[in-house]
Amino acid sequence: MTNTKNTYKGIAAAPGITIARAYQYTKKIEKVQDELISDIDEALLNLDEALNKSKKELLKVFSLAVDKLGENRASIFEAQIMILDDPVLIDTIRRRIKEEKRHPEFIVDDEISKYQALMNEAQEAYMKERSHDIEDIKNRIIRNLKKKKWQSRITNDVIVISDYLTPADTVLFARVNVKGYITNFGGLTSHAAIVARSLNIPAIVGLHEATNKIKNNDLLVLDGFHGTVIINPSEKQINYYREKIEQLRIYDEELAELKNEPAVTTDNKEILLQANLDLTEEIALVVQNGAKGIGLVRTEQLFQEYDVFPEEEVQYNIYREIAEKVYPEKVIIRTLDVGGDKVLPVDVKEPNPFLGWRGIRFLLDNMDLFKTQIRAILRGSEHKNLKMMIPMVCSIKEVRKFKKIVDECKEDLRERGLPFDNDIDLGIMIEVPSAAVMAREYAEEVDFISIGTNDLIQYLLAVDRGNEIVSDLYQEFHPSVVRTIGHIIKEAKNTGKCMVSLCGEMGADTLAVPLLVGLGLDSLSVSASAIPTIKKIIRNLSYEETRALAEKCLTFRTEKEIRNELIQFFDNLQNISVHKIF
Amino acid sequence: MIEKEVKIINDAGLHTRPAATIVKLAAKFKSDLQITKDGITINGKSIIGVMTLAAEKGSSIHLTFEGEDEEEASETIIDYFNRGFDEL
Repeated sequence: MTNTKNTYKGIAAAPGITIARAYQYTKKIEKVQDELISDIDEALLNLDEALNKSKKELLKVFSLAVDKLGENRASIFEAQIMILDDPVLIDTIRRRIKEEKRHPEFIVDDEISKYQALMNEAQEAYMKERSHDIEDIKNRIIRNLKKKKWQSRITNDVIVISDYLTPADTVLFARVNVKGYITNFGGLTSHAAIVARSLNIPAIVGLHEATNKIKNNDLLVLDGFHGTVIINPSEKQINYYREKIEQLRIYDEELAELKNEPAVTTDNKEILLQANLDLTEEIALVVQNGAKGIGLVRTEQLFQEYDVFPEEEVQYNIYREIAEKVYPEKVIIRTLDVGGDKVLPVDVKEPNPFLGWRGIRFLLDNMDLFKTQIRAILRGSEHKNLKMMIPMVCSIKEVRKFKKIVDECKEDLRERGLPFDNDIDLGIMIEVPSAAVMAREYAEEVDFISIGTNDLIQYLLAVDRGNEIVSDLYQEFHPSVVRTIGHIIKEAKNTGKCMVSLCGEMGADTLAVPLLVGLGLDSLSVSASAIPTIKKIIRNLSYEETRALAEKCLTFRTEKEIRNELIQFFDNLQNISVHKIF
Repeated sequence: MIEKEVKIINDAGLHTRPAATIVKLAAKFKSDLQITKDGITINGKSIIGVMTLAAEKGSSIHLTFEGEDEEEASETIIDYFNRGFDEL
């Protein structure tokens, strides 16, 4: 139902379908006029007004940010507000306006740019970002000197089209009822994409020609499942998508009814369907969507929230709270996974961060931090429903070191007389090809393994999925990906004692579910919002049939053959309308 | 005048939040505060100035207090550095 004339494709960043008008959000760099002025008093008055106006705007952003992101992350906006009252900066600007009789715009630009130049000269990467933040405040003052309206004051119910979106932008848009986001740049991990997913707003990123092709007020159909946008759709196209939106609504209602049902196949094989947890706030959604526990708690977020590594007591309280809220279901906590696309807490520049100081490598080199986290997790395990997992494992040696450190931490806690689960399950992420090859040996060392498909696929296919130029080579159904996952599961199951779970985005791909079940996974961990859909699919599968499907897919040589086989499998399923909607 | 060399001891270094706190503390006193690092001296009451300092864990910073309440000012602010910006 799309035709090539008015349809464009980008990266599908957040699911959902929406039909709404376009709103072009352009971040203009304000041009500065360098003119001499005659009325100095008026110029100074203008400056005061502009500073006051900017402060009002930022106070609004700040309180919204505190609301949406929490006080710690909002501190960047507080600093921006303080700049407007900076005695040195503002006095200098005033003095120069009086002495040089030049336009305030010019003086403001010139003065603030001096500080930016200093920041840009610094070696540290984060100083460039700081310079960016300063750019934001500079533009804000200049814009207010020009008495221009705040462009982000947008009307409700629009799809925002932009080059890229900053944290301030996304916070502001979250307030009004934005129906969708489309950006020219950015990948799945860009700020716009992450915020859109957490707010449940359909989004497309990396659609290069977006701002050129789409005009203000164009009617758009945004399909966040496929990453396609239709500009000024025909009546036929509109009706087609209206119908889909209605189907989605009915489908959502049906799914809600499945909340308390288990994820079990028609021939009684139960798959433990768990949620991935990103932010502490999401926990309500986990419970509401009927997950059987949490298969992955990413602790990087907690660290970013606090800006530093929180001490044992703080971490313990966080882990205990998660464990208690989900009890009696189980929770797998993954120790800090920094590096790669996740920023390191210390400023280290690596030529190739994905092959650098990541995951367990970083932890073993930062023993205090690692032990603090392990002790906090152990203390949270009091009710015997926590498990602990380490990321980026590349050698058996790392696993053994980890186990030894856990023993040491247990000893510490014993001495301090603190309770913990002495039999806590320990596990590893399998996300590096070398670990996949030796899956059986790893499985013998631990209680469970979890396949992290995002990194596994990247490393296996040598493709950075965040890199728009090659992201189409990132293929979940590449035959070697399917075979590697099959190999890991078979080898680990052969030990007869190791649970195998999968926690990458592949688990939430509806098309992948029958294949993964057929390959023999015990458990799937997906984002909470995907749980009802995946549960419905599993409840309509026959394990028998998925096994045959998996066997067949393991013989194919191309991605296309596997994909076609999976599509055909869905076409033959009686009760699943899900695939047909999309 | 009171001069003092202090070390940055928290993991995250002098990031935006402690920068803002230093400026807020300095503003409480009448005395001037000069902060020097790597040959650059800035006014400790200027947030944009403090933000231009890239100071990571382990780096040293030179503080100069001058004014009628320099005693109290230096105590308060040096203490904040020594507490690792309350992030230890």
